Amino acid sequence: MRQNFRFSGTGGQGLITAGIILAEAALLDGRLAVQSQSYGPEARGGSSKAEVILSDAPIHYGRVTHPDTLLVMSQEAADKFSGDCDASSLIITDSLFVSDVRAKGARRIDLPITHTAREACGKPLFANIVALGAVVALTRCVTTEALERAVLQRVPKGTEEANRKALAAGYALAEKYEKRAA
Amino acid sequence: MKSMEELVNVYFRPGRLPHLWCPGCGNGVILGALLKAIDAEGLEKDNVAIISGIGCSSRASGYVDFNTANTLHGRALPISTGLKMARPDLNVITLSGDGDCSAIGGNHLIHAVRRNVGLTLVVFNNSIYGMTGGQYSPLTPIGSRATTAPYLTIEPSFDILALAQAAGATFTARATTYHVPVLVDVLRKGIRHDGFSIIEVVTGCPTNFGRQNKIGAPALMMEWQKDHAVPRAAWEKLDDEARRGKFPIGVLFERTDEKEYTKAYDEIIERAQAAKKEETA
Amino acid sequence: MGRVLLLQGNQAVVEGAIAAGVRFYGGYPITPSTEIAEGMAKRLPEVGGKFMQTEDELAGIGTVIGASMGGVKAMTATSGPGFSLKQEMIGLACSAEIPCVIVNVQRVGPATGQPTSPAQGDVMQARWGTHGDHWLIAVSPSSVPECFDLTRRAVALSETYRCPVILLMDEIVGHMRERIELPDSYEHLPVVKRKAPSVPPEEYMAYADTDGSKVPAMAAFGSGYRWHVSGLVHDETGFPKGTPAATKNSQDRLREKLAKNEEDIVKAERYRADDADVVVVAYGGAARTAYDAVDLARGAGIRAGLFRPITIWPFAERAIGELTQKAKCLLVHELNCGQYVREVERAVKGRVPVRLYAKYDNEPATPEQLLAEIRKAAEGIKEGRQ
Repeated sequence: MRQNFRFSGTGGQGLITAGIILAEAALLDGRLAVQSQSYGPEARGGSSKAEVILSDAPIHYGRVTHPDTLLVMSQEAADKFSGDCDASSLIITDSLFVSDVRAKGARRIDLPITHTAREACGKPLFANIVALGAVVALTRCVTTEALERAVLQRVPKGTEEANRKALAAGYALAEKYEKRAA
Repeated sequence: MKSMEELVNVYFRPGRLPHLWCPGCGNGVILGALLKAIDAEGLEKDNVAIISGIGCSSRASGYVDFNTANTLHGRALPISTGLKMARPDLNVITLSGDGDCSAIGGNHLIHAVRRNVGLTLVVFNNSIYGMTGGQYSPLTPIGSRATTAPYLTIEPSFDILALAQAAGATFTARATTYHVPVLVDVLRKGIRHDGFSIIEVVTGCPTNFGRQNKIGAPALMMEWQKDHAVPRAAWEKLDDEARRGKFPIGVLFERTDEKEYTKAYDEIIERAQAAKKEETA
Repeated sequence: MGRVLLLQGNQAVVEGAIAAGVRFYGGYPITPSTEIAEGMAKRLPEVGGKFMQTEDELAGIGTVIGASMGGVKAMTATSGPGFSLKQEMIGLACSAEIPCVIVNVQRVGPATGQPTSPAQGDVMQARWGTHGDHWLIAVSPSSVPECFDLTRRAVALSETYRCPVILLMDEIVGHMRERIELPDSYEHLPVVKRKAPSVPPEEYMAYADTDGSKVPAMAAFGSGYRWHVSGLVHDETGFPKGTPAATKNSQDRLREKLAKNEEDIVKAERYRADDADVVVVAYGGAARTAYDAVDLARGAGIRAGLFRPITIWPFAERAIGELTQKAKCLLVHELNCGQYVREVERAVKGRVPVRLYAKYDNEPATPEQLLAEIRKAAEGIKEGRQ
């Protein structure tokens, strides 16, 4: 099965790192992954986008034309990167930054991602890891074991504990949402 | 010291003469002095590389029996730098002309100087593009005639050694083709210098500079060198008025407080390998 | 045992170069190839090699040529603007037969173009960029693992044939991250050594074809074999010779040394192409779209296939010609206004229609877009039959 992810927001939110971690987690699970990103001025502020494709079969074309899961962490990103979503897409927003998503019929989940990062880890810096936790909990695209390993091998030494907390907070956000939805 | 005939027998490649330089050209004097310097320094032929760019001067590399390359216009220094990086044990001597080195290759010059790569750069300064028939170069004196300056040049010329010094040179020297003992001496010191050395050699191009500028016969050009060059010790004692129109010769600047580039690079290798060891431990 | 990693194509090039024994890199940073310079700056000194960030693109390849003369395997990387600047030096490496690898991670051009957007507009420049008749090799990877393999191959080809090799990449493959399995150690990987002289120094001629291979042996500077490198037309001694015969002989040998060895040099991949009516011809990043489009077309009942040149130059003339024995139409897909298609047309000689799907708007084609072109080609075949 092929799963298409797009993580978008503002440069500096760590979304490209999040994309890389998700792809690396999939490799740890023994699956295949391709990750690409937008470059240029976007990488230094402005909107930023990382795309990840996970699959068990070889992945050739490496861009996402129709996201199964879209994470948007800024209003500008929501405006710019949600146009190719449809009823089968899941859109996860950071409710602190995103109010309006115009995608037709997509399932939408608003989560206080950055707010939670500040609460759980003391810094909004961990929002990308909180978001990753939530995305994985909601989509089950990789195992939580692989995700944790992938996170820990990417993050700077000394931040492991805070990142574990961020992941847990992300899982909890998703769980809370699902309970409410049920 | 060997006679010129002996030097030719030892260091010239058989069958490569006659050279293409015009009668009265100073390039042969410079090449002869270079061979004297190499011989006096006792360098093994196998351990000497002579890398040149393009122009009359740069043809010198093909005549002599070392590891040699006649490369592209302006590019002798990057190629010399790469060779020195690959083989720091070689004595790499770069031959270049005034146009080759200060015009089309000017960017490479200032950066080779800045890095202090262990090269010996010999700039054959004949104040003109000789091979292409007498166009002006950045070292052509202002007010000169050239085929591309029929109404005389209006561009001030570089003092290439001052340029090198501003770029951070650790060794600069100048000589002329008239002052051969000085030339041999500064070449030897330049070769010995552990870092980048630049040696400007003032030489005459009777065919393409002399004729256009009515300086005339080769002997007159040599006489001009004799009259205008001042040994450094004497130069220091001259006031500005007395210096006007003249130039100093000899070693003009030398310092040894900066590491030669390939030796400095060894520190990078040490740091990288230490970091790698720590990473894998 | 190996390591499974998620790497960018550019990072895989770095690992490939280290594995191939490249020990010198000189270059100037330029998007989208910069990760190669950054990676080499870190990795080379770890293995005792040297990295230089040069003052400009010309010095980048200049230092590479100098290091190669010294017997060290050497590489540089750039993108379109820098590739333009390096061309005169590439000509020197062709003429003086100095092995070196030049990576060009293509972006949209001309001029500054679009630094971070994919294009394949340098495919003809890779062949004809420098002045004068000349012969060189260019190879083009389509995936991250292939970046590793083809970098090693580029080094091996340049050492074997004493000529510059262009690793022609594009932004798609250079920047994408993908799974790659690398050996824990590169020590056991075969490394190609350039042919050393078999005669004593006094008999050595740096440009003499002594064994009929058309590839002369090359001694390193400082090895005791003193010889002369020249960008002037030279004879087998290496010294300039302007006679008509010397010029012709030199050009003939430079051409034949690659032409004679095309079997070894020219490689291509065929994907579902054996029974295909429509064969897509695509290389580098554009080929990634083509695999998916071919599968979509097969799913829709169209017999489509892919021919992917891995060696871009010399051109796979014979293989392309052979395709026309089965295929009813060739569809060239490239990320430019149509460059390689001319070579394909030349090889096909009108035996079957050659169509072009040119994409030159900063974006790779989607599989659906290419599928639409395959459909048109298939319909064209039907109409032609009626």
